[in-house]
Amino acid sequence: MTEPAIELKGISKSFGQVQANRNISIRVMPGTIHGIIGENGAGKSTLMSILYGFYKADSGDVFIRGTRTEIPDSQAAIAAGIGMVFQHFKLVQNFTVLENIVLGAEEGPLLRSSLARARKLLKQLSDEYELHVDPDARIEDLGVGMQQRVEILKALYRRADILILDEPTGVLTPAEADHLFRILQGLKREGKTVILITHKLREIMEVTDTVSVMRRGEMEATVNTAETSPEELAELMVGRKVLLRVDKAPATPGDVVLEVENLSVRDDAGVERLRGVSLRVRRGEILGLAGVAGNGQSELLEVLGGMREGRGRVTMNGTALDLTGARSDARTRRQRGIAHVPEDRQREGLIMEFHAWENAGFGYHDDPRFNRGLLMDNEALREDARAKIARFDIRPTDPWLTAKSFSGGNQQKLVIARELEREPDLLLIGQPTRGVDIGAIEFIHEQIVALRDRGKAILLVSVELDEIMALSDRIAVMFDGRIMGERTPGETNEGELGLLMAGITETDRDHSVAEIEANLARRAGKTA
Amino acid sequence: MDKLPRWADIALVPFINLALALIVSGLVVALIGQDPFEALAIMVNGAVGSSYGWGYTLYYATNFVFTGLAVAVAFHASLFNIGGEGQAQLGALGVALVCLAVPWPHWTLALPVAILGGALFGAAWAAIPAYLQARRGSHIVITTIMFNFIASALLVYLLISALKAPGMAPETVRFPEGARLPTALEVFGAIGIPFSRTPLNVSFIVALIACWGVWVLIWRTRLGYEIRAFGRSEPAARYAGISPFRITMLAMLISGGLAGLMAVNAVMGEQERLIQDNVLGAGFVGIAVALMGRSHPVGVLLAAILFGALYQGGAELEFETSVPREMVVVIQALVILFTGALDGMVRSPLERVFLTFRKQPKPGLAPETRP
Repeated sequence: MTEPAIELKGISKSFGQVQANRNISIRVMPGTIHGIIGENGAGKSTLMSILYGFYKADSGDVFIRGTRTEIPDSQAAIAAGIGMVFQHFKLVQNFTVLENIVLGAEEGPLLRSSLARARKLLKQLSDEYELHVDPDARIEDLGVGMQQRVEILKALYRRADILILDEPTGVLTPAEADHLFRILQGLKREGKTVILITHKLREIMEVTDTVSVMRRGEMEATVNTAETSPEELAELMVGRKVLLRVDKAPATPGDVVLEVENLSVRDDAGVERLRGVSLRVRRGEILGLAGVAGNGQSELLEVLGGMREGRGRVTMNGTALDLTGARSDARTRRQRGIAHVPEDRQREGLIMEFHAWENAGFGYHDDPRFNRGLLMDNEALREDARAKIARFDIRPTDPWLTAKSFSGGNQQKLVIARELEREPDLLLIGQPTRGVDIGAIEFIHEQIVALRDRGKAILLVSVELDEIMALSDRIAVMFDGRIMGERTPGETNEGELGLLMAGITETDRDHSVAEIEANLARRAGKTA
Repeated sequence: MDKLPRWADIALVPFINLALALIVSGLVVALIGQDPFEALAIMVNGAVGSSYGWGYTLYYATNFVFTGLAVAVAFHASLFNIGGEGQAQLGALGVALVCLAVPWPHWTLALPVAILGGALFGAAWAAIPAYLQARRGSHIVITTIMFNFIASALLVYLLISALKAPGMAPETVRFPEGARLPTALEVFGAIGIPFSRTPLNVSFIVALIACWGVWVLIWRTRLGYEIRAFGRSEPAARYAGISPFRITMLAMLISGGLAGLMAVNAVMGEQERLIQDNVLGAGFVGIAVALMGRSHPVGVLLAAILFGALYQGGAELEFETSVPREMVVVIQALVILFTGALDGMVRSPLERVFLTFRKQPKPGLAPETRP
């Protein structure tokens, strides 16, 4: 019997009072793709950080190819043949692909020999694994999919034969993700071992041989992918039965609430992020905006939410909104009946150091209910927070805890409670379930649908195509600051939406992967 | 869950910082051949051993309360105002103009107007860097420190031209008798308690009221809520409809105004005329005071008294022993270094100690810290 490529025995790690990993044991056989799945905060990243030498385990042993190995730092991990591709790439933007690959692993003081070796390797790898990248391109000119390949190449250049990928598909279009999976299959055929960390059940089912499920710092189970089902995995992750679909009645759209015409936005660097976007949202419907992150969805939410100025025409219930000047701020938007659940709750939606009760009124703090003359009525704020905590089942229930002491799901519930309870005419909601555990996802989806059923208009932005498909009554796809097209969920599929997300409309029928990549690279070059 | 319990954050950390500073100072004193324990005894006795010592300690502390509060308010908006020195100098000009403008019949009339004058001039001096930051993105640290030099030059110019009194010195004429603030000697004397002749005056009460006012502002008013929110996260502030321009301007105006109030104590209460060096570094000490006081008015008050004692005790040390004046400055600098700049050196090991003694997690708390 062959030795496992990696074996962890009894790994435990705690951060102060928080036990992130509890007695974890796992075996990964060489030449397999092993998935690790679990909710946010289940301890996946901590476990991999221990394997890569970022953290030291409190107890337990690591065996690499049968030998007990100490991994005090990432240098040791690399020496042991472990390569890691992080969720956020660690590339120098204005270096070329080759320079990035060699960086930190130069052989000798002169770069020539390393660069030559890297160039040769690159040629060889691109033939073997479909890992095509232009060695002399600058990183800033490459799309995210390409950049990810550079990260993989970096690991391979360092002679890694165990590759760990942390949530690799978060920023990819479905087509790019498929390509990545083909690369991983190729690596597997060559005898490399791949560990894939993800929270997407679909990916696990599609590409892995075995899968380990983590929950609350413990290893729940390791199963053969062929012998399990998404439902079973979801149940293992959450510890109870979960509904993977959203139950909702057909929409009954009413009058137009939000009308956006020819909206354009430049970012602070002067790059055009929105190029003439037009859309409408009616009462009682959810318009889902699909797209790969960074194609203008964030800017659209920010303009509509009053966080950014824009050009064009936006009307709310028939009257125009100011897009520039003092009356284009978020306060005025709220007065006009627009609520906003921002994409990044930790940076925008909450003040992490504020108590829950201070956050529960954030943005509505000038409401007369919360004020007594010049002073704020803190008791009223706390009373209101307690009510929200009870109604939205936010845990722990103590309004005196700071926002950062809550889990992602409970932070998001706090934001959603605040924004929904004013019964806004229009809800802008970005990445409603990013970093939120499955249990809370169900709850949040129910709340969004319930708001729609109360006759409110909802503009939903999400990079999770599954979420868009499940919630939306209409789907608009954004690419490069434009709306590429609109579809109805029942009459489209992920493949079609994926092509639109890559900027390919039905007019160019002949869509090869190479073409999609060229398109994405072109876009990256333009916006860089 | 905060990393340190409140009491450790407020009391333990500054205490350890101070102890470390004193140990290193003691070593330095020993190195130059003096007895560190005797030096410490002289300093403590000189600062708080008599009503004379207390008078001077609290007089200095009054200055530091104002400049410390100034830095603290700006800190809450995440603005690093190191222009307290210049704003206090302009405040001095405002106070002097008020005192010289009218032959004041009584200090009770002069004081409120002088407070207004000092605050307005200090605020105006802070307004320019604030505007440059809010509208043009010029970094406030750079602009406020440069404005210190401009303030100083402007004052010298005025003191040798328009405001100059007859004679050699670059200073104004003495303020009228009706603008003289009662000292502690007079106040305590009126109720039959003996007190030494020191510059401590009723401005100390103004400083206490300012502490209370800043507390109300930061933790009880809507403006304070918005200042704190903006200071923690500017994108979040924009999301909540809080105007970054408005908060930057208001926070800096309040900050500059507080710095300007220092002149009520130093210029109106002590010097009784406008001289060239009327701030004497209090603007910079205010930074250390705000850091050590964790930007909380109570902390600022306590830290200001500590620094006041250091100033007074240091003066006594210089007077009583052969420890040179420069060494006293070294000791003060060590305290600033340990309490301000090296805060993290004590804080992070202490956090680890406290974390180890914590118990198991509560359900629902964030279970994972990402790398």
